[in-house]
Amino acid sequence: MNKITSREALEAAYNASKGELMLRITDKHDLNSKKKDILCCGGTGCHASNSQEMMENLRKYIKENGLENDVRVVQTGCFGFCAQGPIVKIMPDNVFYVQVQPEDAKEIVESHIVGKKLVERLLYVEPALKERIHDYAKMAFYAKQQRISLRNCGLINPERIEEYIANDGYKALAQCLFDMTPEKVVLEVLNSGICGRGGAGFPTGLKWKIAAGVKTDEKYIVCNADEGDPGAFMDRSIMEGDPNSIIEAMAIGAYAIGAQRGLVYIRAEYPLAVSRLQIAIDQARACGLLGKNIMGSKFSFDIEIKLGAGAFVCGEETALIHSMEGQRGEPTTKPPFPANIGGGYWGCSTNVNNVETYASIPMIIRNGASWYNKIGNWKPEWDENGNFKRTISGSAGTKVFALAGQINNVGLVEVPMGTTLREIIYDIGGGVSGGREFKAVQTGGPSGGCITKENLDTPIDYGNLAKIGSIMGSGGMIVLSDKDCMPAMAKFYLDFTRDESCGKCTPCRIGTRRMLEMMEKICDGNGTEQMLEDLESLAKTIQDTALCGLGQTAPNPILSTLRYFKDEYLAHVRDKKCPAGTCPKLYTLTITDTCIGCTKCKRNCPVGAITGELKQKHVIDTSKCIKCGACIDGCPKKAIVKG
Amino acid sequence: MSCNKLSEGAAAKFAELDTFIEGLKIDRDDERRRGYLIQVLHRAQDIFGYLPREVQIHVAQKLFLSEAQVSGVVSFYNYFTTKPKGKYNVNVCLGTACYVKGAEKVLAEIERILGVKADTNPTADGLFSISALRCVGACGLAPVMVVNGKVYGKMTPAKAAEVIKGIQAKEAAAK
Repeated sequence: MNKITSREALEAAYNASKGELMLRITDKHDLNSKKKDILCCGGTGCHASNSQEMMENLRKYIKENGLENDVRVVQTGCFGFCAQGPIVKIMPDNVFYVQVQPEDAKEIVESHIVGKKLVERLLYVEPALKERIHDYAKMAFYAKQQRISLRNCGLINPERIEEYIANDGYKALAQCLFDMTPEKVVLEVLNSGICGRGGAGFPTGLKWKIAAGVKTDEKYIVCNADEGDPGAFMDRSIMEGDPNSIIEAMAIGAYAIGAQRGLVYIRAEYPLAVSRLQIAIDQARACGLLGKNIMGSKFSFDIEIKLGAGAFVCGEETALIHSMEGQRGEPTTKPPFPANIGGGYWGCSTNVNNVETYASIPMIIRNGASWYNKIGNWKPEWDENGNFKRTISGSAGTKVFALAGQINNVGLVEVPMGTTLREIIYDIGGGVSGGREFKAVQTGGPSGGCITKENLDTPIDYGNLAKIGSIMGSGGMIVLSDKDCMPAMAKFYLDFTRDESCGKCTPCRIGTRRMLEMMEKICDGNGTEQMLEDLESLAKTIQDTALCGLGQTAPNPILSTLRYFKDEYLAHVRDKKCPAGTCPKLYTLTITDTCIGCTKCKRNCPVGAITGELKQKHVIDTSKCIKCGACIDGCPKKAIVKG
Repeated sequence: MSCNKLSEGAAAKFAELDTFIEGLKIDRDDERRRGYLIQVLHRAQDIFGYLPREVQIHVAQKLFLSEAQVSGVVSFYNYFTTKPKGKYNVNVCLGTACYVKGAEKVLAEIERILGVKADTNPTADGLFSISALRCVGACGLAPVMVVNGKVYGKMTPAKAAEVIKGIQAKEAAAK
């Protein structure tokens, strides 16, 4: 691609490449079209399910049929529907295939591409309709979504900047550089109502305004891509599927606050995201969208990647900054805030935002604050100049949630703020998996809390989630069913925060350990009722006294499960029973008389704890049993019970 | 044992690391030089497989930092390890999504088969080591395990055992 040295050159690049996406964005769906794009998901999830080999096979058969000039196989970012991966979408036919394996490639090419006949068996079965459908817009999973920060995921090839430009990429940056003052950019973001999508929910525009107000020669803008919340993967997906949106937004932010350098702090556990982002940075630099005098303006800006090394606390901005400086990622007290001189990267004024926040920024600039702030359930109060003053209720825009756990449609969904949990879990998520009963959903990961059946109809926004004892967090939603034990979940999260505590402050370092010890006793059947009171009192003390967000929020899972599931705790401490049947010390496995002696359990048992002859009732030696459950899973008669 | 391991081609490995560090053009008077530390340690771990004391001392000297500063960083971050890994490093994800889908049982089974615990020493033959990690972001495939970069999804204790046995068989055949 030629160097883009002016706004006109960007327009020319757009005109030259917009044809690239023509087949993919058209409304004229046509199975008979000679030209086709076969879009294949190239995200981590589908990669793991052999999508690479599948793509190679598609290319091979296309070549064998002499179609390589008309049919392109394009690796895109994540479609979000990870439960059904690997995913293949054929355009302009508008056909969506799921769970496509390498050996299906031949049939797709020969039947669909050559024979114009859909491969029925690979179509998605919509559970509500119980029929196979090919139009993804009719799938309940997509119908209620509004994809803004995920707009390019599953549409463009993330390794080609031309395709990003073809979908209006870098136009927002041009608009800022040539039509708007930095102050105007800050106001636009402020009035859009967008809040930090990393979890804390601080208004992004306000953060930029504070950073812009600091007068200094050296200022940094940072992208926090240290997605540490286990179970949340939207940031990974955006970086893998649309890395240029992060680069464009960071450049916009740098222009707004007056920064010259950008840094992306990214987890080393995300090698694919690191490589895609590096490719995007190199391409942007090569065509002059990063570097000196971008698009011929006076604005110069460049971005560098900093690798994390696996520390959850580094999602906290002061810890993140220390880590980028090559130190232990320990947080420091605020103030000074990173925006203050003395508080940021090498003591310079620094602005830190999250990946998902950045991904929304170009759309806000292009469509305007008043477009964005009407999405969602935001009710703001405006000042005399018509600018944002404060939030009365609700939140603006959309939020990406990572649905995981006991849910049918595991994946990434982006919905307007104010959508209810019921809509997300039942309409989009397809309900609890295995026909189990819904028990709770954990939002906000190890820093959040659980939401129960009673609150399923609460519209989701920052304020409402706080009211019911949880937090938005980064958007992880772990759905739990009646077979999940809530004290065990709380113990799991506590084990995580205890492990990730940096050890700097006493309440977090020692407090989380003491809480974990109590939780272990409770789950092992050695707990007392007094322990529940002690747990609550200690939890509240840690909330009040820990240094940073990690410690202050570490007790949330305990407090929230104690609030809503006290009965489960009491069952553990009083009756020494685990109602969900998951705490191994609180049950034994026995084989009932329904056993037909098929010997399957005996063969499945990894430790040889089961004995019995063919067609005779089998017996479990509880002293050898490791409670792995392999016998239960395999039993055709459901004759093995926990008790 | 770790000394023996390190000595295999150690000189070449140190040379490779030095080439990388020289490329960074570190100035001993630049107070921001320690900003390169994590990047250098990542590279060193890629080359050596782990970060024993000798490597840490070497990095400290090259970056004009104290050994304590380097050791402090290595011990802080989960990604850095001071113990050697097996030829096959089996990473079991213990993120939330994997946990609720039974990752603990998968891990227990792998530990049982190989006879070593997660995040300790490799098996006696040096073939396997086990690590527990937090979320690779492939929650749609939970529970997952990653062996030398290859992701295995929707694991059960039995499926995990098959994967391990498959590798053992392949190695035995190669001998």
